[in-house]
Formats: sequence, structure tokens, C-alpha cells
Amino acid sequence: MSGAWCTMRAGTAVPLTDVPILPLDALRAAVISGVAAGARLGCWCGDGSGMVYAVLVDDAAGRLLVARAVLPAQYPALTPECPQAHLFERELAEQYGIIPVGHPWFKPVRYHHRFTPGPDAWGRPADQPIAPGVTDMFTVTGDEVHEVAVGPVHAGIIEPGHFRFQCHGEHVFHLEINLGYQHRGIERAAKGGPHPRTLYQMEAAAGDTTIGHAWAYCQVIEALAEVAAPQPAIDLRALMLEFERLANHTGDLGALAGDVGFLPTSSFNGRIRGDFLNLSAAVCGSRLGRGMLIPGGVRFGIDAARRDDLHRRLDRAGADAIHSGELLFNTASVQARFEGVGIVRREDAVAAGLVGVALRACGHPHDARRNHPTGSQAGLIGMPATANGGDVHARASVRFAELRESLSLSRFLLERIETDGLLQARTPCDPRPHHLAIGIIEGWRGPVLHLGITGSNGNLTRYKIVDPSFHNWFGLMLAMRDEQISDFPLCNKSFNLSYCGFDL
Amino acid sequence: MIPPILARLRQGHHTNRFPDEVPPLPDRLRGRPTVDAALCPPGCRICADACSVDAIGIEYRNGKPVPRIDLGRCIFCPDCATACPERAIRFTPEYRLATRQRDDLVVEDGKVYALGKALEAKLLALYGRSLKLRVVSAGGCNGCEVDVNVLGTLAWDIGRFGISYVASPRHADGMLICGAVSANMELAVRKTWDAIPEPKVCIAVGACAIAGGPFAGHPEQRNGAASVVPVDLFIPGCPPHPLTILDGFLRLIGRIEESRVPPA
Repeated sequence: MSGAWCTMRAGTAVPLTDVPILPLDALRAAVISGVAAGARLGCWCGDGSGMVYAVLVDDAAGRLLVARAVLPAQYPALTPECPQAHLFERELAEQYGIIPVGHPWFKPVRYHHRFTPGPDAWGRPADQPIAPGVTDMFTVTGDEVHEVAVGPVHAGIIEPGHFRFQCHGEHVFHLEINLGYQHRGIERAAKGGPHPRTLYQMEAAAGDTTIGHAWAYCQVIEALAEVAAPQPAIDLRALMLEFERLANHTGDLGALAGDVGFLPTSSFNGRIRGDFLNLSAAVCGSRLGRGMLIPGGVRFGIDAARRDDLHRRLDRAGADAIHSGELLFNTASVQARFEGVGIVRREDAVAAGLVGVALRACGHPHDARRNHPTGSQAGLIGMPATANGGDVHARASVRFAELRESLSLSRFLLERIETDGLLQARTPCDPRPHHLAIGIIEGWRGPVLHLGITGSNGNLTRYKIVDPSFHNWFGLMLAMRDEQISDFPLCNKSFNLSYCGFDL
Repeated sequence: MIPPILARLRQGHHTNRFPDEVPPLPDRLRGRPTVDAALCPPGCRICADACSVDAIGIEYRNGKPVPRIDLGRCIFCPDCATACPERAIRFTPEYRLATRQRDDLVVEDGKVYALGKALEAKLLALYGRSLKLRVVSAGGCNGCEVDVNVLGTLAWDIGRFGISYVASPRHADGMLICGAVSANMELAVRKTWDAIPEPKVCIAVGACAIAGGPFAGHPEQRNGAASVVPVDLFIPGCPPHPLTILDGFLRLIGRIEESRVPPA
């Protein structure tokens, strides 16, 4: 698989000259054959100069394959032969006007003007605002077939998105999801950086994944600058990443319980999730981990007294979370509602390029903490938790198993962290010119991938963010096929994807 | 039936007693900052330069720099406090931050921080004991939503104050906005506001909803809710601690009355 590619590891940088420029046909063929051989398309993105970069994630070998090609204004789409590319190709068209000819469902992704001057891929005028959600939708026609439109504002505290269901009574033939309502220009703004604000925009790429995104960003900047964060800082990052996972998995299990009307776990977990968020706040002052990470290290350490306090509180919240989760999984009426609902078949999950919890729930043991560990993370995670069936129950079970593992891992990290260790590298993080770096962090939803490319003065000429939700929204659409529309909330919670992480 | 009851006994009672008792706050919480301008050397503007969101302005009085922190723009990162060699700026765990006026979101040495007062008598009579809010998420990071949402859990239970989040603007007395109002959400925010029956209130939660937060100035967004709708309560933070949000709500509905925080 590696012949034409530049191979590298996550959290490292390579000189741009090491990234081969292939003929377009060769790059297409290499991507298609690489994905067919088991790699995943981690990124397919333009850089504004007519170049496209392809990143294959090879989990089995723990490496990344990178290559590039010069793209004409139109090129034969990858998607028909490599479905994982479908959103990347739409994104490339929206950002740089490069049209994948033969794309089966060619629509805008986030509804914004292109990054560079030139004709819009859908002919939308450059001097007029682009209306979100105005596009062709898949429709089903026939007697008694009807359409249900939901959003962008939802009936709860939920981010905005527009959902279109094609229904026959309760039966859903198809769900189409239109996003872009949270688009606030993060990738575009990073260009020319890193700017002083870039770190905070990365933290806010998806607020519930503050540590995941901030760490992936730090990986990129540190790799570009050839600076290594000290071991205690890596351990503290890993600890905060697990606190983030604990809080969100606990919240998700509670939300799933709520959606099947099982109020005990729903109520308990709402509180316990807060207990985990408060652990993050005890370390860095912010329940979401804001201000903790900085390229080169972390800004807050823990002394022995704080560590002991964290340990005590972690044990207490952990015991409550396990108890509440066991109650959920031991309740027959809950199991009856979770099982067999929202099924994504394993082959579909792999073909569509799903990642993280959604993929592990289809029996696929991939976890960036194990496959692409950073520094001291190596060896901390054994075989990732998986489940079979690809249904709501499987996604819930994976979360619960990961919650248990995350508790053990947090305890281990708390023991290991040097309480008076060095928190930040002594050298400043100045990115080297003409390099490409990739960071991958296994956030609680799945792998968060960041890619940075520098120009002649070391400034970022392109910064690409791929939140796991970018891959997984399509999984929710698959899960809803032939389901009842009344099960949509349950299916949706079982994925619990990020809108802002997708919209950027 | 029995296991859930036993579980309930084991999990115990956790609803905090605010406002009668303030629940424990993290000692490192970056709440309201304090500024000791007496420590500022002449000509110094290190804090202002360290701020990535332009939240700190420096005024010169008799040649002495006097920093002014705009909590509406502030994202409560540690940069200014870390950069100041004199430790003139410190973040404190003071959680009370909500104001009724945008211009009151200012921390300055010697200046009293004017916390938000209750709604006017007519609105207070309507909403003092029952306030239904429609929450609109519009171009933020879903972080403020996390801490708005948590107030509905049993740890906070805002239902006990008659406050709840409702599923339709037609059922609402007001709108709560998180996010900078992305261009792609502007129309939806306007329509939601228009769909709420008069009289109504608007609450802006978080740095984005007040002034654009870390995205301020981006053409893809509108620098906060006030550019689209009139705002009655500003709750700063990135995101605000749940207690900061709840304190703001309770001030608005007259459940907490003391309205000024003296300078530290």
C-alpha cells in the first residue's frame, strides 16, 4: 500500500518536499486501492493553490500515508469508487471550487463562499449571501408518502441542523441531514497563523471536545516546531482527555436512558456527568478544560494534595456512574428498546468511513489511543472495547465499556503523573517553514484529526480540521433507514454527533 | 421496580441549595478578574498585548496605565494574568458576573461591578415566578449549551425557581442565545424571536453571544446576539460556570437582589 506514499506517524511533521506529487490518476488509484486494502481516508483537502492532499490512516500499521496531486478545475470524482470521499469532495468543491465530476450527490456542505476567488461550484454569486440549507434534497414520491422537516432550531438545547425525513406513516425511507448553521470560519481564520487566537478557536472547534481538539492542534504545532512537550504534560493531557470522555459518555448514557423513558439513570447521570466535569475544573479552572493546553505543554499541574483529592472524587463519581450504568443495562425494558434499533451494518460502516464509538459498535477495534499513540500514551490502551450489532444497544455498550476503562486509565495516570514535573517545553513553538504535520487524538466520539501546512515563513498556509462527526453524520442517516421516525431521538443520541465540530 | 428504588437510595440527594448556600467552587475557577492598577509600571501594556480577543484596553491617567477588562469580550483564558510580571491582574473564583447593560461588563481598579437588577415591575409580575425560555444555539461551540443544559439536571433543578426550557417559541417568555450568531443562523434567530409572544426577554449567554467570543470579527458571524435582537441580560464566560448562569437568571427574576459587587 505504501509504494507511492510518504509514510509518517501521527504527531510528526515531514518536509513538504517529502510528500510526493503524483499524477492525479495515480493519486486516485492509490487512494482507492489503499482504502480497499483496509486503510481509512482521513483527509482529502485542498490548499488553495490547486493542490489536493490525501491522507490515509492505516490503523493496523499505526501509520499515516500522505501524497498530493495538482487538481484541474474538474476531475473525475473518487466517491463512486470510494464512498468515504463523498463529503471531502463536496467540501473541496465548496472551499476551492474544484468540481468532482460524477459525484453522486453533489451539494454544498456548510453554505459559505469559497476560500479563494473564482467561480462557485454551484454557480452561486460571490456578491450575495448564501442561504443555508437551500439545495436539492432527496425526495420520495407516491401516495401517502410524506416529508418531515425539522430544524435548524430544535426543540431542546441542541445545536442547529436541518433534518429531512422521507416517510410513509411512521416508516422512514430516508433521512437527509443539512448542516452548516454553526459555520464560523475556523479553518479560514487559521491561515497565516498560528495567531494568538488560534488556540482558543481550536478549543472552541467543538466545546465538548475541548481537550481533543486542543491536543490535536498542539500535536501539529509541536511537530511543526520540532518541540516535544514534557512527559508530565503529556500525562496531564491524557488525564484531561479521559475526564472529557468520562463526562461525555456518562451524559450520553443518561440521555439514552431519558429517550427510552428510564428516568433513574437519566437523572443520576445528569448529575454524575457534572461531577466529572468538575474534575477538569479542579485541574484547570474550567469544566470543559479551557486554558489547560498550550503548544509545548500544559498550564496547570497538580500537587500531591490535589492529586489525592482528584483520586477521591474520581472514585466516588466513578462508582456512581458504574452503578447507574449497571442499573440501565440490567433493566429489561431498556434492553428491549435499545436492541435492534438503528442498525448500521459493519460493511456499511467501513465503506462509509465511520469512526470512533460508531465504528467500534460494529465490531471494528480501532482506537487512535492504541493505533496512533502520542508519547507516553503508548501501551496504555489494550484492545479497544467493541460490540457487535451496530445498533443503539451496541453504541451504548461501547460507551459503558469505555467508561469503565477510562476510569482505570485515569487512576493509572493520576498515580503516574509527576506532581512537581516540568509542564512546558523550554523552547518556544515556532513552526518550521515548508512542513506538513498531522495530529490525531482519540476524542470521546472518535479520532480528531488536524493537519497543518506551513509556507516559507513558517506561517500556516492551510489548516484542516476533521472532527469525528464529519465522518459519522452519514452513519446516523444509515441508521435511520427503515426505522420508525419516533426512534429518531434515540438513534440520534446513540451517535450524539457534533454540529459545530462539523461546521467549523 | 425494586432495583430503581434501591438505586435511588444509594445515589442519594444531590440538589444544591443555591441561593441559600453557595455550592463549592473549584479554587482555580477563572471568574471575575481583579485589577490592581497601582502595580502597573508606567507605559506598560503587556496585558493588553497578551489578550488575543482585545478585551483589555489601557487608559493613561497622569501617565499611569489603568487596564480596563471588558468581560463581554473576555474568554477567561489565563493569558493576561500569566503575562503580567507584576501580578496586577488575577482571576478570582467570584462567580457573580451577569449584568443588564452591555457597558456594565467592565472590570477596572476601584470601580464597582454593577450586577444585573431585576426586570421592571410589569415584567417581574409576569415572569418572577415562571419564566419559560427557548434556547437557540447559533454559531458557538456547544460549550455554553453544556452549562445551560446542566441547570436542568437534578444537581441544579432550575424548575424549583419556575424556570424551564421549552420546546417551542410559542410557549416561551423569552429567548436564551448561545453563540456569536453565525450568518447562517441569523434568519433563524430573528424568526425565533419574532415567534415569541410579547412581552419577552432575551438572555445572551457566553462570550460568543455577547461579542463574538474567539470568533469576533469573522465575516461568518455577527459578533453576538445584540446585533440581531435586543438583549436584557448578559452572562459572560467561555463558557460561564453554571452557577454564574443561574445567578444571572435569579437576579433577572428578582430572587437575588443585592446588585453590586464591591471592588476586591
